[in-house]
Amino acid sequence: MEEYQGVWVFIEQSEGEIAGVSLELLGAGRQLADKLEVSLAGVLLGDNVRELSTQVIGHGADIVYMIDDPVLKYYRTESYMKGVNYLAQKYKPEIFLYGATPNGKDLASAVATDLSTGLTADTTMLDVDVEKRLLEASRPAFGGNIMATILCKKNRPQMATVRPKVIKALPFDGVRMGEVVDETIDLREEDMRTKVLEIVKDVTKTASLADAHVIVCGGKGMGDLEGFKLIHELADTIGASVGGTRDVIEAGWLPHELQIGQTGETVTPKIYFAIGLSGAIQHVVGMKNSELIIAINKDPNSPIFEAATYGIVGDAFEVVPKLIEQFKQIRVKQGGEVSYV
Amino acid sequence: MHIVVCVKQVPDTKIIKINPKTNTLDRRSAPAILNPYDAHAVQEAVRLKSILGTGKISVLSMGPPQATEVIKKCIEIGADEGYLISDRAFAGADTLATSYALSKALEKIASVEPIDLVICGKHAIDGDTGQVGPGIARRLDIPPVTNVIEVSEINSNDRTILVKRKLSNGYELVRVNMPCLLTVEKEINKIEYSPLPNMLKAARYKSNIWSVSDLGEVNIAQLGLKGSPTVVGKMFTPPKLEGGKVLEGTSDEQVSQLMDVLLEQKELLNVK
Amino acid sequence: MSEKFDVIVVGAGPAGTACAYTCAKNGLKVLQIERGEYPGSKNVMGGVLYRKQTEEIIPEFWKEAPLERPIIEQRFWMMDKESTVSFGYKGLEWGVEPYNNFTVLRAHFDQWFAKKGVEEGVLLINETVVTECIVEDGKVIGVRTDRPDGEIFADVVVLADGVNSLLAKQLGFHNELKPDQVALTAMEVINLPKDKINDRFNLQENQGCTIEIFGDSTKGNLGTAFIYTNKESINIGVGTTLSSMIKAKMKPYDLLDYLKTHPMVAPLLAGGESAEYLAHLIPEGGFHAVPKVAGNGVVVIGDAAQLVNAIHREGSNMAMASGKMAAEAVIQAKERNDYSESSLNSYREALYASFIMKDLEKYKDAAHLFENSPQYFKEYVPMLNQAMSKFFTVDGTPKKEKQKQIIKGFTSEKGTFGVMKDLYRAWKAVK
Ligand SMILES: Cc1cc2nc3c(=O)[nH]c(=O)nc-3n(C[C@H](O)[C@H](O)[C@H](O)COP(=O)(O)OP(=O)(O)OC[C@H]3O[C@@H](n4cnc5c(N)ncnc54)[C@H](O)[C@@H]3O)c2cc1C
Ligand SMILES: Cc1cc2nc3c(=O)[nH]c(=O)nc-3n(C[C@H](O)[C@H](O)[C@H](O)COP(=O)(O)OP(=O)(O)OC[C@H]3O[C@@H](n4cnc5c(N)ncnc54)[C@H](O)[C@@H]3O)c2cc1C
Ligand SMILES: Nc1ncnc2c1ncn2[C@@H]1O[C@H](COP(=O)(O)O)[C@@H](O)[C@H]1O
Repeated sequence: MEEYQGVWVFIEQSEGEIAGVSLELLGAGRQLADKLEVSLAGVLLGDNVRELSTQVIGHGADIVYMIDDPVLKYYRTESYMKGVNYLAQKYKPEIFLYGATPNGKDLASAVATDLSTGLTADTTMLDVDVEKRLLEASRPAFGGNIMATILCKKNRPQMATVRPKVIKALPFDGVRMGEVVDETIDLREEDMRTKVLEIVKDVTKTASLADAHVIVCGGKGMGDLEGFKLIHELADTIGASVGGTRDVIEAGWLPHELQIGQTGETVTPKIYFAIGLSGAIQHVVGMKNSELIIAINKDPNSPIFEAATYGIVGDAFEVVPKLIEQFKQIRVKQGGEVSYV
Repeated sequence: MHIVVCVKQVPDTKIIKINPKTNTLDRRSAPAILNPYDAHAVQEAVRLKSILGTGKISVLSMGPPQATEVIKKCIEIGADEGYLISDRAFAGADTLATSYALSKALEKIASVEPIDLVICGKHAIDGDTGQVGPGIARRLDIPPVTNVIEVSEINSNDRTILVKRKLSNGYELVRVNMPCLLTVEKEINKIEYSPLPNMLKAARYKSNIWSVSDLGEVNIAQLGLKGSPTVVGKMFTPPKLEGGKVLEGTSDEQVSQLMDVLLEQKELLNVK
Repeated sequence: MSEKFDVIVVGAGPAGTACAYTCAKNGLKVLQIERGEYPGSKNVMGGVLYRKQTEEIIPEFWKEAPLERPIIEQRFWMMDKESTVSFGYKGLEWGVEPYNNFTVLRAHFDQWFAKKGVEEGVLLINETVVTECIVEDGKVIGVRTDRPDGEIFADVVVLADGVNSLLAKQLGFHNELKPDQVALTAMEVINLPKDKINDRFNLQENQGCTIEIFGDSTKGNLGTAFIYTNKESINIGVGTTLSSMIKAKMKPYDLLDYLKTHPMVAPLLAGGESAEYLAHLIPEGGFHAVPKVAGNGVVVIGDAAQLVNAIHREGSNMAMASGKMAAEAVIQAKERNDYSESSLNSYREALYASFIMKDLEKYKDAAHLFENSPQYFKEYVPMLNQAMSKFFTVDGTPKKEKQKQIIKGFTSEKGTFGVMKDLYRAWKAVK
């Protein structure tokens, strides 16, 4: 096991653009690597991605393992897995992190199977036990406001997928130096069983939620579909996007792409309203990095108040209409110009 | 065309009650259900079979003996045959050990009738890892396509299918050779209201139940707890967030304090 | 052409399952159709299950059924605003085999009971609503469900679809229920630790208690409230006839809230956590409301046939007994290969010869009397409380003088004769 050394981050890129979560993971990986006193590497696969290695190094990596090949133009499990397996078997990292995105999770699952090692899904906190050289990958556990730390004691590499937006990326450092290790493997398009015909970027509701500056999120406390209209009304009034907790989605009050939390979207708006929701850990991990969090809940012991910047203990059906009423008396234009009606 | 759907029995987390003192789940309150994503997986198999006008749908589950209940549910939706692998040796499996056991069962099913397509749910709502599907594909050495939101075309002549796969910011169109494995999102279809004859069939249905010894050559060391590299190290309540300020006063006063805070951020607002 | 069964039973409450079970045990091919997610999922009951009629179907059921507690004490409260007069009986003999009654949670019990039927060969399907009986030449030959390809046939259809039996109404067996023939009841299951329940109700391990409450529990309207102890929860409910609800402009949940915060009741519930809220109708029409119960190819059992003794809150036992009788009639009908009304009328005969119709007949005027004479609940209960208060307050007045005052208190407003008349009428109605 001692032959396994170093912390690796899979660098996810699509059409030449690195996914945000990969940069965040370089930040997290940097900390782990420093504690363990080993190097941090980014694993970069793609077609014509050579230039991206500067970004990878600038955000914290010491080494970039790169395979540049036309067959790797689009992400495909079979080709990417082959490349990553090859690198991992050759250079033997002790820790290997992936973004918990569709591609990251897909790749990590396949790689873990081939390397016969443990993989922790959707982690939101990372740490390392330096003495035992153990990755401590924590995630909200099934059942209540509790986190579980998952360990992989006997197998290497220790792998985890990590939720986007739960860790901050390091600022880009243009003078950082690093090494680029160029590798090639035998990939032939005619061996591939999958073909990506087209990638369609669409600005779906999901995307708009992820990019929103202001979000009004309602919970089960809104009672029913009728009660939930108040959430839409507030959002309409201030020009915000609407989100919901999983219970709200399960109840069918909102389409599932508007779920915020561990199994939904992670969001980091400037203002986040949490109304009539209890603040279960699975929800909080998806919104706690918002800048200004305003909670309205009638239960003073509700855990959401721990996450909130400002809290109002009160009935949403009393407080929110008053808030809407206040806004109805003023007009705020985009850009911050206020006029009174 | 032989489609096998992997289905898991999970506690219904939307009804589940948590004991706030011990932070554990109140099992009495959690009825066991078919993992909702897997229901969509079965429904998709039914849809494909009806488009092709022929085919067979088998479902496979690993779990305790009561998991035959979810197999019955799949028969209601329209599956033809169901297999449960159930054995103490499987207990405590993480995703690596689960995908191993399921792939062995799939090999056995395929030895009788070759499999063209395996469908899994995007994830199981109890642990939501989403790792089992791709793990199975790897073990069977068939291509996986995860997060599928639409099967647009199925071509039995050149044995390919065309699917839409959800990405973080859109989707991609992928053509893949069969046999292959798909994991499906909920939006792929709507669960149909099952016809009465299916209900009768399900009520009568007896699942095939296999233990480890029925699976042929299996490496016991790769099963269950023993075959699981991951372990739960510790459980802890998350570090308390700082918590902010709870506004005081009557609700009118609270609202007006909140307005002050919000108007500091007024450039973010767009009040019509 | 769809499959044909010997019997289709609509509903998986105690009535339907008793019938399906008995038919299947005797070799009939039975289909049971339930609209809930599982048997019991939607079913509501205060929670007293009677041993006798259950045992006649499944001997020694208490050894395996999911029961809450055997009832060893029954209390009755005549409750006023800040006082209550109580009496009751507690007997330890009820705490050992063969027991008397039990508290149950229907979601658990019905599920178990239906499973026993399935083990005998009943084919049970859930989440399926029977929308109507299929009638041909004046004969019921099957049912139509809300599912695609949803028709299915049988020699006999058993309607066990509960109090508001739409199916029996469609067949013209009975009319829309009148507001004074049904009680609307709201109940709540409140979780409470076992030790607290034992302390507060003075119980030991595996002992249960029931409290029936009259008077202010319904704000003096015709109806009752109840508190029953489960293993680790309490069932509390209150109901009045629909007509009283309408007259007094009450909502069942408001009434329940009133009861829960009543100073006599609140301490029993303190610290509990609400687990479930339910509302349901209870047929209270009694003897006069029982509809036609047998037709060509069809029988009606349980609440669907309005078989409830409102005064004693007996329903599940009548449901089971009627289900068993119907099953026996169907089995005989099969032997004769005759499913006509006259053949199935052996069920009606058995029913009318049994305790069910005898009990219902005995109380046939009671509900009516109380409905039309609000003084029983509105006046006599408070009077009784005042009387007791006077009697037990130690203030130096001689006891004899107290008795005089009390009698005067009772009779001054109505006159001695009025009170006597009321008491006589009440005695006659329930005697
Ligand atoms: C594996 C797994 C994954 C999960 N993933 C997610 C996820 O991604 N996102 C997510 O959100 N959840 C997720 N959950 C569910 C999560 O654990 C909680 O159950 C859920 O977030 C609770 O939703 P809620 O806060 O809307 O409802 P509740 O917990 O029921 O809270 C309702 C709140 O409303 C308050 N309230 C009631 N009435 C009023 C009123 N009139 N005015 C003001 N306040 C009122 C109450 O005090 C209460 O605090 C997951 C769970 C599991 C097991
Ligand atoms: C608050 C309350 C307290 C009570 N307390 C007691 C008590 O303590 N002890 C006692 O013995 N009795 C009590 N009763 C009465 C008792 O609950 C009933 O008498 C008994 O449940 C009747 O059984 P049943 O099988 O006839 O009807 P139900 O139990 O009502 O069962 C009818 C079944 O049919 C199903 N169904 C209905 N329509 C359809 C359809 N169209 N298609 C398919 N399925 C259908 C329903 O889902 C249900 O499962 C109480 C009732 C109430 C409301
Ligand atoms: N025990 C199991 N039996 C059958 N299928 C399973 C089992 N566990 C997981 N799966 C399948 O794998 C998918 C993803 O599960 P998971 O990786 O646990 O989130 C599920 O939707 C199922 O299709």
